[in-house]
Order: sequence, then C-alpha cells, then structure tokens
Amino acid sequence: MKFTSVFDIIGPVMIGPSSSHTAGAARIGRVARDLFGRQPKWAKIHLYGSFAETYRGHGTDVAIVGGLLNYDTFDDRIKTAFEDAKKAGLEYEFIPETANTEHPNTARLVIGDDEGEMSVVGISIGGGKIEVSEVNGFKLRLTGGMPAILVVHDDRAGCIANVANCLAMHEVNIGHMEVSRIERGLTALMVIEIDQNIEDKVLQQISLIPHITKVSKINN
Amino acid sequence: MDVLFHNVRELVERAEQEGKLISEIMIEQEILITGRTREEIIQQMDRNLTVMEEAIERGLQGVQSVTGLTGGDAVLLQNYIKQGKSLAGDLLLDAVSKAVATNEVNAAMGTICATPTAGSAGVVPGTLFAVKNKLNPTREQMIRYLFTSGAFGFVVANNASISGAAGGCQAEVGSAAGMAAAAIVEMAGGTPQQCSEAFAITLKNMLGLVCDPVAGLVEVPCVKRNAMGASNSLVAADMALAGVTSRIPCDEVIGAMYRIGQSMSPNLKETARGGLAATPTGKAISKAILENGGLQSIKALQ
Repeated sequence: MKFTSVFDIIGPVMIGPSSSHTAGAARIGRVARDLFGRQPKWAKIHLYGSFAETYRGHGTDVAIVGGLLNYDTFDDRIKTAFEDAKKAGLEYEFIPETANTEHPNTARLVIGDDEGEMSVVGISIGGGKIEVSEVNGFKLRLTGGMPAILVVHDDRAGCIANVANCLAMHEVNIGHMEVSRIERGLTALMVIEIDQNIEDKVLQQISLIPHITKVSKINN
Repeated sequence: MDVLFHNVRELVERAEQEGKLISEIMIEQEILITGRTREEIIQQMDRNLTVMEEAIERGLQGVQSVTGLTGGDAVLLQNYIKQGKSLAGDLLLDAVSKAVATNEVNAAMGTICATPTAGSAGVVPGTLFAVKNKLNPTREQMIRYLFTSGAFGFVVANNASISGAAGGCQAEVGSAAGMAAAAIVEMAGGTPQQCSEAFAITLKNMLGLVCDPVAGLVEVPCVKRNAMGASNSLVAADMALAGVTSRIPCDEVIGAMYRIGQSMSPNLKETARGGLAATPTGKAISKAILENGGLQSIKALQ
C-alpha cells in the first residue's frame, strides 16, 4: 500500500497550484534538508520530466527552495522563498534535464556547505506524497511519511547489529529496514524507518559506533 | 500492513456487516494504521474542512492567478444564480461555482486542501458546501463527508492512481468526482452499497479524461474540469439514491481506469505536449508565459 493515511488523500493543506509539483516539491526540499542535517549554503537542483517542463508555472522552484528553508507545504512563505533564501545565505541554481527518469516528476538535489555535500533524488508520486529514491548514489525507497534514520557506514560485519542494539537500548522500535551498498566491502547505507521521532543524543551515540561515518534523520 | 479494506467491495461488505457508515470504517482504519486517537484524527479533518471553507469564501470574492489565465468565474456564476435564471438548478450551479472558487484560489497560489490533489481540489468541497444548504448537516456529518471521500480515494490511490502525470485527469478530477458522489450519498442517507454505485457511475463517465494543461499549469482546463466533475458527482449521487446501479462493479471500473491510464500516451499525461496544450492557442499562451515573461504578453493576446 503506497498510500496509508486518509490524510494522504484528503490533504495536505498546501499552497497551490499543484500537489505533485508544488507540495511534493516542497517536501522533497525539506527531506533533503533533514537528511543533510542543517541549512545548506548552496543547492544545485536538477529537474526531470514534467518537473523540468513546467517548474516555473507550478512554483516547483520556489517550493523546493522553500523546503530547503524548512517550510512546510502550507507555509505562506513559500511564495517569498527566493528572497528568503538570499537573506538566509542559500544560493541555488535550477538545471532542467532532458533525460528520461522512471517517474515523470523527479528532482535531484545536490546540496552542501563548507563541511560537506549530499545528493538526494526525490520523486513526487501524486497528491503531495513523495519518495526518496536515492541518497549519495545509494538506491533506496523512503516515503518520508515515517520518521527514519539513515546511517552511512563501512561495509563490515557487525555494523548493522551494533546500530540495531543501540536503538533497542533506547526502546526505539524498527518498522522497516533496508541496507544497500554500491560495492561489496566499501561503503553501505542503512535506511531504518522507526515508530517515533528520536532524540539527537541517540543519533550522537550511533555516530560514535565504529565504522559509522554519517547519521541523519527525517522527523515526521 | 494490515488494513481493513483493500478495495471497494471489502469496504462496503465491512460497513454492511458491522452496520456502520463508510466514514466510520475509514476512521477506524486510520486509528489502526497511525495509532493516533480518534479525537486527533477528527480534529485534523476538522482543520482541513476549515481550510476548504476559507478557500471557497476567498474564491467567491474573486481572485486572479499569477498568469491572469484564470480567476473571477466563480463570481460570475454566483451572480448568475442570483438572477434566478439557472437552467440546471441552483444547487448544481452552486456546487459548480464553489468548485471553481477553490480551484481559482489554488491557481492563484492560495491555501487549499488537496482532495485528492491540488488540481482536483474543488470537487469535494464544492459539492459539500452546496449540498450543505439542502441537507443542513452537523459539523460532524461534514467531517464524515471527508472521511467517506477519503475511503474511496484511498482505494483508487492504492489500486490505480490519483496522479495526472501517471494516469491522466481521470485519476485526478475523475477520482475526486467519484469520491464526492459517494460522500453525497452517505450524507443524504444512502446505503454503503449506494455510495459504491454512485462512485462507479461517476468514474465510468470520467474515464479516458486526458491531463493536458496549457503551459503545464493547473489552470486551463483544470478549473472548468472541476466544475464538470462536481456536476457529474451530483447527478450520479441522485441516480444512485434513486436506485440506479452500475452494471460494471466499482472495483472493476477502478481497474479499467488504471489500465486506460497505463495505455495513454505520455503526451496526454501532464506533460503539456498534447490535447488542449498543443492547440495553436494553447501553444501561444504557453510561449507567452514561459518565454516572454507572462502576464503582460498574455493580456496582449486577448
């Protein structure tokens, strides 16, 4: 079941004009920011398919930038996101692409600051609902509808168990988990959907586990 | 995931066996899936209802979109109703004007509640606030209207699509019209089975509807399609309440919609490459907006 809540159907409350091109776009921006863990200083926003063809008229551009500024779908400030970004020191660039993607509404956000950068691919599947299909080159499926944590780690035995143990210690229940790696023995990514938002101190503890290189979270 | 219903047949059977309304089954499923309390869920829907009401009020005062392509038609319709000359009937035209009002606000980047999407956000509230004047529902019944709509939308979203880019406008305005029809029937005192008949009759008549927005914007023909979706749902609701049934069962109609969407050319699925978007005027409008800086050049066109 892709759509689980009645509020996926009756909702979201949002700034028009398009749930997939405006609200979904804002959510993709916001999830990317959540995963990055802080306000990025720059963003290269690649748009594919229908996003690339119609982003100006749909406000997809202001919505994604609004999302990067942590605005929700119904935040009236989406309309002034470009000016707000300037004030917040966020530079952005839109790059419409011609390549065909699996889903017609796809955006690849490459965001960063002096400390690092991150690449997030989001797709808008309709009615304001989104999925994250790739993070830093790792394929995954993340709906953004559940709180989740992403753990980048070395592909070593015991890493997954150590993270699971740490969550268990804090009585955090795992709803769904996926592990993917680009190449065996190198870097891997755990995507863990959990039942409730977790505190930063738990993330901090996970990040101290050997072979863990980066931890980020999506609240819901 | 464990859900109470996967399709309309299961939804109707459960409602009938337990002697409950469709809206009640949807509320129970929401509690089951999210673990939130009934009170929290009702409150959130109450807030969505308020957003819908405010959007209609704003639209009925007259709004204009950024491009200037849409706006002001809801006001024209209300003025026409007041003249007492309506041929189709005041309630029907009231629903049409309120659907248009919502979509005009949406096109103007105002605040709306997507039902199921922003492009199709007019049908469910438009019909609700028109029928309200006739049936005088309580606030609770109005909230239930949205849960009933949501139950049918839930089935479509999971078994077909509610995205114009994936399934054409039938998936957006078509789904919205079916959802509204089912909710009208429940509010008017019809049975769960009659809700299902109304949904099926409505969606059957929206099948094959292409998504061909001019310049890719949620304006032309989206606003007027919401108007027609609203009228379609009222007629279908009346038919179902009169005892008319759909020869093709509801779930099979939804399946047909899914397959039609799959076989539709990408040109007709929100890419602005076909249909009305590809007419000479459609292309001229698109060029004026996307290349020549919008509003002023559009006005010059008219």
